[in-house]
Amino acid sequence: MANRSRRTFLAATAALPLLVRMRPANAVPTIEVLQPLVQKITGGAQLRDGRVQLDIPPLSDNGNSVPLKISVTSEMSESDHVRAIHVLSEKNPRPVIAVFHLNPGCGRAEISTRIRLNGAQTILVIAAMADGSFWASSAEVIVTETACLDAT
Amino acid sequence: MALARIQVPKDAKPGDLMAVRVAIQHPMETGFRFDNMGKPIPKNVVNTLICRYNGVEVFRAEMGSGISANPYLQFYTRAVASGELVFEWVDDAGERGSEHASIRVTA
Repeated sequence: MANRSRRTFLAATAALPLLVRMRPANAVPTIEVLQPLVQKITGGAQLRDGRVQLDIPPLSDNGNSVPLKISVTSEMSESDHVRAIHVLSEKNPRPVIAVFHLNPGCGRAEISTRIRLNGAQTILVIAAMADGSFWASSAEVIVTETACLDAT
Repeated sequence: MALARIQVPKDAKPGDLMAVRVAIQHPMETGFRFDNMGKPIPKNVVNTLICRYNGVEVFRAEMGSGISANPYLQFYTRAVASGELVFEWVDDAGERGSEHASIRVTA
């Protein structure tokens, strides 16, 4: 009996770090430094979780060129399409990495590019839809060598 | 001046989704670097890239120094009619560049 409780205890403690790591995947974190920018983009409208998928390596050796793929779930019809995609960085000296403007003619809201990152940080991507709603997603990236290190 | 490479499918059917890839040769100077004499190198990035398909804008990117040197972009567009995809971009120094690719759309 004593052994069993020890086992349950061990199993529980083993699962603990997993629980800590498994944050709710679809919660958009509020990044203080980006709040004014987010306000400007949304005009006070609420940022909703989901619809935006980010594909970015969780660990990057070099911040000079980090591949980023953004896809937004949308039919891309006249009434329901992505108007713009804003890519924001938490720690870059200029937080706005890029703004992409799309229209129904795109057919699919998916963009791949390569970005610069100044150190480990969180990337926030906001999709502005035609109906006036805003959807967001974020990704944490660890960068071992930052893009702004080179100050020769 | 600036060189670019574009990849689009040569042939498509009407309504097909086409992946469009573009890579522009550009240093994308951040403005945070210094030259050998210790003088700051002025910021110079390709700030706007517009893609028009038979004269209609299908994609526009506003970029900052957070985009890597030699900016690369991939996006999608739907094949409508035979014609040309024209890319035009401009950098902070006011230098303009353009490149085009033709597509044949047959049913």
